[in-house]
Amino acid sequence: MSVRAAIVSFPGSNCEQDCERVLRGLGAEVVRVWHDATDLGGCDLVVLPGGFAHGDYLRPGAIARFSPVMQAVADHAASGGLVAGICNGFQVLCEAGLLPGALRRNAGLRFICRWVEVRVDNADTALTARAGPGQVLRLPINHFEGNYHVDASTLEAMRRRGRVTLRYVDNPNGSLDAIAGICNDAGNVFGLMPHPERACDPLLGSGDGALLFGSLLDAARGRVAV
Amino acid sequence: MRFAARVEVMPKAGIADPEGQTIERSLPALGYDGVAAVRVGKLITLELEADDADAARARVEDMCRALLANPVIEDYRVSIA
Repeated sequence: MSVRAAIVSFPGSNCEQDCERVLRGLGAEVVRVWHDATDLGGCDLVVLPGGFAHGDYLRPGAIARFSPVMQAVADHAASGGLVAGICNGFQVLCEAGLLPGALRRNAGLRFICRWVEVRVDNADTALTARAGPGQVLRLPINHFEGNYHVDASTLEAMRRRGRVTLRYVDNPNGSLDAIAGICNDAGNVFGLMPHPERACDPLLGSGDGALLFGSLLDAARGRVAV
Repeated sequence: MRFAARVEVMPKAGIADPEGQTIERSLPALGYDGVAAVRVGKLITLELEADDADAARARVEDMCRALLANPVIEDYRVSIA
C-alpha cells in the first residue's frame, strides 16, 4: 500500500511541484491541497513546501499560520501524523507553534542561495533514519530568514532529547547552535531550512535529499502497516 | 469611539539585531561618534472602534499576541490616542 502524501500550497508557495515529483518518484501517492482546504484527504504525511506564503508579509509564516488548512495540519500532527516543513514551511510551522523557536533574518542580512553541507545530528528520527549518524549531506539553501532562534532552556531540552536533526557544517546564516533542522518533542513534526527536494538526483548536484524523503516515507509506511 | 493605535515591535532584549549592529557600525563613518544600542524594529499603526481607551488597548494587545508580534523573538508596546 503506497503512502499518501499531502502537499499544501499557500498563495506564494513555489516548491510544491519539486516536492511532488520527488515523492511520486519514491512511490508515494500525492494529493495537492490548497490553503483554504479544511481537510487533508486522509493522508499519512503532510509536506509544507518552500516559497513565500502570503508574500511573507509581516513575518514569514505569520499570515499562513491562519490559513484554514493549518487547523487540519495541527490536528494531523496532534494525532501523531507526520508533518515536514521545508524552508518557508519550517517558518510556517514555527509561527503556528507546531515547532519551537523562530527563524529570523540571516545574520549577514543577505538572501543566501547556495549549496551547503549539513550534518545529521540525530539519525534516529523519521526524517533522518536512512542517513548514518553524523553523515554529511549536500543540500541547497535559498532563504533570507533562516537564522534559527529559540530560548536557552528550550534549546537545552531539545539537545537533551535529540530534537535537533540537522546542523550546518559551516553555519551560513547565524543560526543558534548552527541548527538547520529540528523536530517537535513527539518526533513527528519536522522543519528544515535546506531544500532536499532540489537534491534528489545526482544530475542536480546531489542525491542526498532522497535520503530524507525516503526516511519520511519509511516512517509513514510503518504507520500505515500498524 | 474610534481610537488610533501605534504598535512598536522590537527585537527582544538580548537577541542580536544584525540590522541595528550594521547601522551602529556605519554611523561613526559619517562622523556620528558615541552612538550605541542601535535597534531596528517595526511600527504598525491602526484604527479601531472600542468603548474606551482601555478596551482599545486590550484589543490591540490581543492582536499583538495573536499576530502582530512573535513572542519568541519580539517585544511590543502599544500606545492609544
